[in-house]
Amino acid sequence: MLVLAIDTATPAVTAGVVSVDRESGATRLLAERVTLDARAHGELLTPHVRDAVAEAGHTLRDLDAIACGTGPGPYTGLRAGMVTAAALAHSLGIPAYPVCTLDAIAEDAERGEPFRVLTDARRKEVYWADYDAEGHRVDGPHVDKPADLDEVPRALDHPKPTPLGLVAAAKAAILGGETPGPLTPLYLRRPDAAEPATRKRVTTS
Amino acid sequence: MSRIVMGIESSCDETGVGLVRLHDDGTVELLADEVASSVEQHARFGGVVPEVASRAHLEAMVPTARRAFDTAGLELSDVDAIAVTAGPGLAGALLVGVSAAKAYAAALDVPLYGVNHLAGHIAVDTLQHGPLPAPCLALLVSGGHTQLLRVDDIAGKITEIGSTVDDAAGEAYDKVARLLDLPYPGGPPIDKAAKNGDPRAIAFPRGMTGPRDAPFDFSFSGLKTAVARWVEAAERRGDPIPVDNVAASFQEAVADVLTAKAVRAATESGIGTLVISGGVAANSRLSSLAAERCEAAGIELRVPRPRLCTDNGAMIAALGAHVVAAGCTPSSLDFSANPALPVSTVSI
Ligand SMILES: [Zn+2]
Repeated sequence: MLVLAIDTATPAVTAGVVSVDRESGATRLLAERVTLDARAHGELLTPHVRDAVAEAGHTLRDLDAIACGTGPGPYTGLRAGMVTAAALAHSLGIPAYPVCTLDAIAEDAERGEPFRVLTDARRKEVYWADYDAEGHRVDGPHVDKPADLDEVPRALDHPKPTPLGLVAAAKAAILGGETPGPLTPLYLRRPDAAEPATRKRVTTS
Repeated sequence: MSRIVMGIESSCDETGVGLVRLHDDGTVELLADEVASSVEQHARFGGVVPEVASRAHLEAMVPTARRAFDTAGLELSDVDAIAVTAGPGLAGALLVGVSAAKAYAAALDVPLYGVNHLAGHIAVDTLQHGPLPAPCLALLVSGGHTQLLRVDDIAGKITEIGSTVDDAAGEAYDKVARLLDLPYPGGPPIDKAAKNGDPRAIAFPRGMTGPRDAPFDFSFSGLKTAVARWVEAAERRGDPIPVDNVAASFQEAVADVLTAKAVRAATESGIGTLVISGGVAANSRLSSLAAERCEAAGIELRVPRPRLCTDNGAMIAALGAHVVAAGCTPSSLDFSANPALPVSTVSI
């Protein structure tokens, strides 16, 4: 089957087409378009999707499923990726599977010992999650100041997910034909908004 | 052969998806107008919080689109073109609608038009009152805009004649409502209170109406301050606040300036039609005073019904239909939303 992978949780604008063998579950990257530009998620994502699908020798109608990174991500562009996945799923009549972006990054990590995945959360903070030696998430995702984190033997700092990693993180759900969960971003932070205090006087005394 | 145009709006706190049919004779028929509003989530902040609005747009976008297709009894494959608000508006909010529209356009393989939100407020009138005479004048009044526009071609040529130099008219309503302990958004409760008040009780100032002021610009910041001073003075004296009279006198000042300048602009440039649109267009005093003054000046007044005046997807679909009918070039799939898109750019 043909799976479109999308992620906009990091400064990268990521789109890729991955074929997944229904029997063996083996995956193969057919084409990808990745640009590093934190402000261009809204501009570039759909052109990247279109170009990657074309390079893979397909049209969007050939897609069977979408794997979409849900963050955590500090960029307003995170929503660009998620609404793109939701609208493509709606118009193509295919499922869109949410994937924690840190899990997708962890899929590409070497196994054998526990590790931590960190991405830039801006405001001098990081998003992070801890994984065991088999790559299963055991803690997180969280957002914290790096100084507040304990030491770990192995940390993958500020990377971005790949289309293969995104599809791998969703593969069990895709092959099992599961109904996807809601495409909700992992915000981890509340919106910055203050309720107004008592009203300011315009006259003095 | 008629064409179906889908419109997507997400510039502020309403997620809108509209569907219209563009007939061969150029008329545009409304088929669906679905809106999800996050206004209640902003109420406790006394104004729209951009991040809250953006989050709500993402949640509401596809469900709103589904409802629009259900209402119209159409399939996605029936869509011939898509229009989306490219600006002006809140950057993060626009991004959600623009990204969704690009995805729909790519998946359905139809042309995409990034269009101007302000022009949409004018184009929506054609859904109710038919084609717009050219030229016509438009007064846009809402929480975000206060503008006087000359429309020579709804699909291509719109010129700003005047705008607010500070607060939007709707913003002034919100601020005065807060002074009077009335709920947000301030337009409806002030309109309601004003009905029981005397509009001549307090002589609030008419901003930008001096001989040396720009004739078609507006200012509401001084009016808002004047209301605050008046209320505070009454509080200092220990007098009860006559909310009805303050609301009526404030509303009179707003409606007076808006309609006087709009009618004067139409008269001076020999334009025979005035369209009033935007959320504040539903205000009862604004529409009655405009009707009175337009009739006296021999100007045709067109005010779309309240549902069409507030932000929605139908207005974007309607504008998209006019842009399609005019044979404009579609937008490239890599265009950016522009929070400060000038009204002279109808489609990008
Ligand atoms: Zn508006």
